[in-house]
Amino acid sequence: MKMSQNNDDKEDRSPTNKNKGISLPISRVRLIMKSSPDVSSINQEALFLTTKATELFVQHLAVSSFNKGSGKDTNSLSYTDLASTAEETETLHFLTDILPKKILARDYLKSLEEMREENPDF
Amino acid sequence: MMAERPEDLNLPNAVITRIIKEALPDGVNVSKEARRAISQAASVFVLYATSCANNFAMKAKRKTLNAGDVMSAMEEMEFERFMEPLREALEVYKKGQKGKKEVSEQKRKDKEKKDCENELEEEEEQRIEEENEEEEVEN
Repeated sequence: MKMSQNNDDKEDRSPTNKNKGISLPISRVRLIMKSSPDVSSINQEALFLTTKATELFVQHLAVSSFNKGSGKDTNSLSYTDLASTAEETETLHFLTDILPKKILARDYLKSLEEMREENPDF
Repeated sequence: MMAERPEDLNLPNAVITRIIKEALPDGVNVSKEARRAISQAASVFVLYATSCANNFAMKAKRKTLNAGDVMSAMEEMEFERFMEPLREALEVYKKGQKGKKEVSEQKRKDKEKKDCENELEEEEEQRIEEENEEEEVEN
């Protein structure tokens, strides 16, 4: 990924975002919002707030997953940290569909085995 | 405007990465998989917030989502922690918009003086678009 220190702003901020205190492109956020059924129109303030809220959400998800996760010693943030945070945090439950917890194949086979033992019809 | 390809619903990775880096202590390594997951989570957050906000608008029999609907959505989603920073950001945004309106008004007057037909047509189109958006705000 290219990112020079000097013109960070120019690279990351689309022209329409200048001086609005947000980094994510408003046009893209609008596209996502409009893909939601039943949404007919969105005023500029609602669009701005949703964009800003999404940035706060990204910060919140990253920070709380890092603080809860196992990577504090190794100074890293992994997928597993995110998946456990989504599962353990009530307000983040809506993410569990896109952040499924990974399990090892041998654990999966083992639990399948156990289920069969309990219920031979399975 | 419709999303034509699934990737239209993604947020730009460079920006997401920068927001993550700025939020975490210096030097934290964020795996590629984790970055992609956060980016997807952000898109889902937008959809969830939009759907909540839209419920509030529909309850009030309004067709246009407004700032209040988004704030109510945050409360319903139990992201009250975002509400104060959002209120502050909105105040700054409103001030900026007011300034921008005055500037563009002045520019428009200057342009009219010049009486430059072609340019005016283009400007006019853009201005009408902007005004339409502003009308939505007032509604």
